[in-house]
Amino acid sequence: MLPTEDYYRLLPELVASGFGILIMLAEPLLPRERKGWLARVALVGALASLGSTLVAAQFPGMAFYSLIRLDNFSVFLHVIVFGIAALVVLAAHHYLESEGLPQGEFYALLLFATTGMGIMAGANELVTAFVGLEISSISSYILAGWRRDALKSNESAMKYFLLGSFATAFFLYGVALVYGSMGTTYLDNLSTAISANRGGATLLILGLGMMFVGLGFKIATAPFQVWTPDVYEGAPTPVTALFASAPKAAALAMMLRIFYTAFGSAGDTWFWAVWVSAALTMFVGNIAALVQTNVKRMLAYSSIAHAGYLMVAFAARTEIGIAAIIFYLVAYALMKLGAFTTLAHLGGSGEQRLDIEDYAGLATKRPVTAACLSLFLLSLLGLPTTAGFLGKLYVFNAALNANLVWLAVLLAVNSVIAAYYYLRVIMAMYFREAHSDWAPEPMPRAIAFVLLITAAGTIYFGLFPSTLMNFAAQGALSLR
Amino acid sequence: MNGSYLLTVVTFLPLLGAVALFLLRGDDHKWIRRLTLVTTLADLGISLLLARGFDPAHPTYQFEELRPWIQSPPINYHLGVDGISLWLVLLTTFLTPICVLCSWESIQTRVKEFHLMLLVLETGMIGVFLSLDLFLFFVFWEVMLVPMYFLIGIWGHERRIYAAIKFVLYTMAGSILMLVAILWLFNLTKTVDLAGTFDLPRIQAMLQTGAIVLPLRVELLLFGAFFLAFAIKVPLLPLHTWLPDAHVEAPTAGSVILAGVLLKMGTYGLLRFCLPLFPEASVRLAPYVATLAIIGIIYGALVSMVQPDLKKLIAYSSVSHLGFVVLGIFALNNVAIEGAIYQMLNHCVSTGALFLIAGMLYDRRHTRLIREFGGLATPLPVLSAFFLYVCLSSLGLPMLNGFVGEFLILVGTFDRSPLWAALGASGVILSAVYLLWAYQRVIYGDVTNEKNRTLPDASRRERIILATLAVVILWMGIGSPLFTRRMEASTANLLNQMSRPPRSYVATEDTRPQESRGVQPYARVSGTTAAVEAHSTKTK
Repeated sequence: MLPTEDYYRLLPELVASGFGILIMLAEPLLPRERKGWLARVALVGALASLGSTLVAAQFPGMAFYSLIRLDNFSVFLHVIVFGIAALVVLAAHHYLESEGLPQGEFYALLLFATTGMGIMAGANELVTAFVGLEISSISSYILAGWRRDALKSNESAMKYFLLGSFATAFFLYGVALVYGSMGTTYLDNLSTAISANRGGATLLILGLGMMFVGLGFKIATAPFQVWTPDVYEGAPTPVTALFASAPKAAALAMMLRIFYTAFGSAGDTWFWAVWVSAALTMFVGNIAALVQTNVKRMLAYSSIAHAGYLMVAFAARTEIGIAAIIFYLVAYALMKLGAFTTLAHLGGSGEQRLDIEDYAGLATKRPVTAACLSLFLLSLLGLPTTAGFLGKLYVFNAALNANLVWLAVLLAVNSVIAAYYYLRVIMAMYFREAHSDWAPEPMPRAIAFVLLITAAGTIYFGLFPSTLMNFAAQGALSLR
Repeated sequence: MNGSYLLTVVTFLPLLGAVALFLLRGDDHKWIRRLTLVTTLADLGISLLLARGFDPAHPTYQFEELRPWIQSPPINYHLGVDGISLWLVLLTTFLTPICVLCSWESIQTRVKEFHLMLLVLETGMIGVFLSLDLFLFFVFWEVMLVPMYFLIGIWGHERRIYAAIKFVLYTMAGSILMLVAILWLFNLTKTVDLAGTFDLPRIQAMLQTGAIVLPLRVELLLFGAFFLAFAIKVPLLPLHTWLPDAHVEAPTAGSVILAGVLLKMGTYGLLRFCLPLFPEASVRLAPYVATLAIIGIIYGALVSMVQPDLKKLIAYSSVSHLGFVVLGIFALNNVAIEGAIYQMLNHCVSTGALFLIAGMLYDRRHTRLIREFGGLATPLPVLSAFFLYVCLSSLGLPMLNGFVGEFLILVGTFDRSPLWAALGASGVILSAVYLLWAYQRVIYGDVTNEKNRTLPDASRRERIILATLAVVILWMGIGSPLFTRRMEASTANLLNQMSRPPRSYVATEDTRPQESRGVQPYARVSGTTAAVEAHSTKTK
C-alpha cells in the first residue's frame, strides 16, 4: 500500500489529467453553442493544478517507489508549466472560436500535454521520464495539426510527428544502453554508480549521447533544431506559444536532472557537447532569423537562439548556472507567450497577417498592441529593465563565473545579431507608413488579460528579480 | 549629507513628467509642450541647486545615495556626483529645455510621443552620469538607446530608418562586450567579498589597495571591452561611421542631444571607468589612442570641409572636436584632462547651437545643402549674426568658450608630447577653415536663390534660444575659473586613483580565467604608474 503522501506529490498531474478526462467526457454532451464552457473548465483545471502544486510542495520527497521526485526544482517547473497552460487556454479560446475549430479535445490535449511535462520535470527514473516525454509529445503532435484544413498545419504536425518519434526513439535507445551498462535506471542510483566508476564506458557514452540527441531535439538545440521553424510556423499560434515555452522548460529540466544530477561526475565527457551545441545553436538561430520576413517564423528561430543561451548557462555546470536557467525559463516563457499571443491576435482569420510588412504603421492604428509587442521584443533582445535582460545577465554571470569567457563573448556577439531582427519588427510598426487600410480587430478581453499578465511580469521581474531569483537558487540547490 | 534625495529627484523628475504626459490628450499639443518645458526647466532648477550645494574642495563623490536594489547578485542603487559629472548633468538639464523649445514648431506629428521620448531620454542621460554602480550605469546606458532610436526613426529625415538601426547596432555591439567585462570584474571581486560587488568606489578601492591584482593581460582585455563601448560612442576613428548618419537624419532636437550629450557619455566613460580602473592599460595604450584621436581630429576636419550638406559638416566637425577631447584625456595629466572636460562642455554648447541653427535654416527651406543657400545675411540678419558668433566659439576664438578648452588641452598635451600637441593644433586651424568657409557660402554674397529672398528672420522663440546659448558661450569663455575650480579636486583625484601598489615580480595569485593560463607570466615594466604620478604633480 502506497503512502498517501505519494498521491499528494503527484497531485498536480492527477488534477490536470482528471480535468482533461472531464473535458473529454463533457464535450459530446454539451450543445454546440455551449462549447465555450469547456474553456472555463480547462482554465479552472490549469489553475487547480497550479494550486495543487503548492499543496504538493508541502510534501517534498520521493514518491511511487522513487519513480517521482518532488523537490524545489520540480515545484518550480510545475509552476512554470501549469502557469503557461492557464495562459495558453486564455489565449486559445478566442482563436479557436473565430477559426471555427473544435474546442473540447483541444483543451483536453493541452492538459494532457502539460501533465506529461510535469512528469518530465519530476521524474527520478529514466523510463518514467520517457513516459512523461511521450505523453507530452503525442498530445503536442495532434495540437500542431489542429488547423486541419490548412496545409501548413498538416505539414507541421507530420514533421513534428515523424522527427519527434525518431528523437524519442533515440532517447529510449539511450536509456536502454545506459541501463545495459549501469544496471539501473534510477537517477540517484546512477549518480552513485558513476561515482563508484562501475559499468562500461563505451556503452555509457553512447547512451548519454543518444539521450542528448533526444532531449536536444525537444529543446531545439542545434544540430537537432531543423524541425522547429516549420512546426512553429504551421501550428496554430496559441499552440506555438505553448511549444515555444513549456516543452522546452520540461525537456531542459529533464536534461538537467539526467546530465547534471545523475551524470554530474562524468561532466567532462559531456561538457564539450554542451559547449559546442550552445555556440552552434545561438548562431544558427540568430543568423537564420535575420532573413525571415514572417514574424512567426522569425520568432521560431529566435526561440532556437534562446535555447542556445540556456545551454550556455548549462555548460557552466554550477548552481549559479542552474539558477540562471530557471530564472531565464520564467522570463523566456513570459516574453515568448506574450509575443506569440500578440501574433495570434494580429494574425487574424486564417493567420494571414504574419508578415513584417503587414505590421507597417501598426503603431498608429493600434498603439497599445504595438507597444506590447515592442516590449516583448525588447525583452527578447535583452534590454535592461526587462526580465529578458536580467535572464541574460544571469547567464553571462554563470558563464564568466565558470571561466567560460569565450562562450560569454559568443553570447554577446549573438545578442547584437539578434538586436537587428527584433528591431526590424519595431521599425516596421513605428517608423513606416501603413500600406493598406487593414487594422486588426479590437482585442478580446481574454487576450488582453494574457498580455497584461505577461507584460507586467516582464517588467516586474526586470526591475525586482530578487524574490524569483531566490526561488531559482533554492531550486538549483535541490538538484544536487 | 544634506539634500540626499537630490540626485534621485534630478534623475527621475523627467520620468515623472513623462508619466504625467500620459494623462494628457494626444492632440492637446499646446499643453503637452508646456508641461514638458516646465518639467525640464524644473529639472534645470534642481540641478542648479546641486551646483550650489556642491563643495569644490571635496575630491570624491557628493550627494551620495546608496540603497540595495537586487539581492543576488548584490546590486545597489548608488548615485553620486563629482566635479566631472556635475557639469555633464547641468549640461543635460540645460540642453533639454532648449530641445523642447526648438521642436516647438518643427515637430507636428505624434507630438505626445516625441515629448515622452525626450523626457525618458533625459532620465537615461542623467542616470548615466550619476550612477556609481556598474550595473546601474549599464542599465541607464542601454535604456537610453530606446528613446534615441525612436527619435531618429520616427521624426528623422529621409534615411532615418537606416540611421536609427545603425546607431543602435553600433552602440549595442560595444556595450554588450562592456557588460561581459563588467561581469568579469564582478566575478573578480568575489575573491575579496564573497558575494561580489558592482559598486564602483568599492571596486576602485579594491584595485587601488591591491586587494585585487589584475594581470596585465586581463587588464588589457577589460580595458579593451570598456574602451570599445566608449570609443564607439565618442566616436573615435575608425568607429565613427554611425555618427554622420545619425546626426544628419535625426530631427534637430535629436541632433542637439546626440552631439551635446550622447557623445560626451563616451568621453565621460573613458574618464570614469577606463582610466581609474585600468591605469596600466591606459598608460600603455595611450600613444595608440592618441594617434587615433589625432587622425580623427585631422580627418574629421578635412572631411567636414568638403561636405555639401550643412548638417553633415557639423557632424564631422564633432569627430574632429571629440578627437581633441580624447587626446586631452590620454595625455594623462591634470591640465589636459581638465581641458578635455571643459572641451566636452564647450562642444556641447557650441555644436548644439550649430545644429540648432542648421535646424532653423532647415525649417525655413527644407534643405540642408549649402549650395541652396547663399547671401542669407540680407534676409536673416539676426540669425546670421548668431551663426557667426557660434562659429567663432566653435573654432576657438579667445574670449569665447572653445578657446579655453582647446588651450588647456594643447598645453597639457604639449607637456606629454610636443608632437601630439603640434598635430592637434593643426585641427584648430582646419576648424577655422571649414567653419568660416561654410559660413561664407551660406551667409555672404548675393542672394543666389530666389526662394531665400523672402525668408523670415529669427522669431522670438528662436531669439530666446540663441541668446541663452550666446550668454552661456560668453560666460564660459570669460568665467572659466568658475567651472574649472569645481573640476580641479576631482581630476586630481582621478589621477590619484590611477596609482597602484607595485606589482610583485612573481605572479602571486592566478585570478586569470582558464583560457588565459599558459601565457607567459607577466613581467612588469617598471615606472609606468610612477610616470603618471610624476606628470600629475609636475603640472600642478
